[in-house]
Amino acid sequence: MASENQTVSEYILHHLTNLTYGKLPEGTLRHDGSIVPGGGEWTMAHGAAEVSAMGFMAINVDSMVWSLGLGLLFCWLFRRVAVKSGNTAPSGIINAAEMIVEFVDNSVRDTFHGRNPLIAPLALTIFVWVFLMNLMDLIPVDLIPWSLALLGVEYQKIVPSTDVNITMGMALGVFLMMLYYSFKIKGVGFIKELTLHPFNHPLFIPVNLFMELASLLARPFSLGLRLFGNMYAGEMIFILIAALYAAGLIWMIPAGLLQIIWAIFHVLIITLQAFIFMVLTIVYLSMAHETH
Amino acid sequence: MNINLTLIGQMLAFAVFVLFCMKYVWPPIQTAMRERTEKISAGLAAAERAERDLALAQQKAGERLVDARKEAGGIIEAANRRASQIVEEAKDQARQEGERLKQAAQAEIDLEFNRAREQLRGEVAGLALAGAEKILAAEIDPARHAGLVDQLAAEL
Repeated sequence: MASENQTVSEYILHHLTNLTYGKLPEGTLRHDGSIVPGGGEWTMAHGAAEVSAMGFMAINVDSMVWSLGLGLLFCWLFRRVAVKSGNTAPSGIINAAEMIVEFVDNSVRDTFHGRNPLIAPLALTIFVWVFLMNLMDLIPVDLIPWSLALLGVEYQKIVPSTDVNITMGMALGVFLMMLYYSFKIKGVGFIKELTLHPFNHPLFIPVNLFMELASLLARPFSLGLRLFGNMYAGEMIFILIAALYAAGLIWMIPAGLLQIIWAIFHVLIITLQAFIFMVLTIVYLSMAHETH
Repeated sequence: MNINLTLIGQMLAFAVFVLFCMKYVWPPIQTAMRERTEKISAGLAAAERAERDLALAQQKAGERLVDARKEAGGIIEAANRRASQIVEEAKDQARQEGERLKQAAQAEIDLEFNRAREQLRGEVAGLALAGAEKILAAEIDPARHAGLVDQLAAEL
């Protein structure tokens, strides 16, 4: 825990606050009672209130660092496999990576029937990256934040996929690709799809447009928020279990058992969520490629 | 749960990682896996072919063995035949030799017999002559009656 004399709700809140760097607007009351001087101030946020005050012009340093780090880990790992797999009999990490590649390839083949060299690498990146980000959830909740607190870093959320910016960032990326390919493949047909479907009559154009736009716009949100919701809830339960340890010596054993059970269950969830994100991406992009 | 610049940052990172994966990760792994698949299926085909070849060779070897056995049997039979033939020939030869020896012995016996007879005849003639000489004494002139005596001796 960051400090010994905090309440449980403070403890939980502390765990749910990102390490955010951003610009505090002029006149904001800071956590230590000082007022931000004229012209605002670029600083690390201290507490949820300051994060809110920063608004859009802020960046969650912890999410960004972990996310980029894990993304680079993925790139490094699979690049190494790509270099090695050509010239040796496969073993160890190469087998594992090729198994994932094969699995992703099969998923793409099952769902996506067009020809687009982007889809399979996209699906692989999503699957492995999201899985790695989710995997951070299995690291004991206090281990890294507490260690970093000793080094003077006050806030730390090590699971990037519990940050809605991260999941929505990926979902919006997928959404942009959906729009791009819809226009590229179908052109005017895409407009027709939005306006003349499901009721093919000029009178129904507004109704069609409303329904189709709603379903189109719902996709990135359902994609991003599903992952975020699952991981946030999972992380929250880990934090609650961790808080249970503090409730007294007698709670140690049930808390330990709960943690083990939830962790085992969570192994399934993190894989499943990564898989769902990947499959939905493939499905959405496949819909963008198909003409009715 | 504040939407902020992290969203944009994540989108950019996402794009970069996907592009990296598309350029430097996916194609080489796919190529390597495809090549390996081809290599393995080629290896399996070769193994199958080798197995077929082996079966064929074994069959051929078996046929050869049967042929060789048959040939060996023929050779043994011929040898046996030849051996018995040799034995027969040897027997014949021995029989002929025996016959020849017998004939030679017979001839010698005949010869000896004739000689003995001649000799005996001569002696008998002499004896008869001597006896007759003694009986007839002066009445018979040996010089005159020699022809008669010889004739007699020849009739014996």
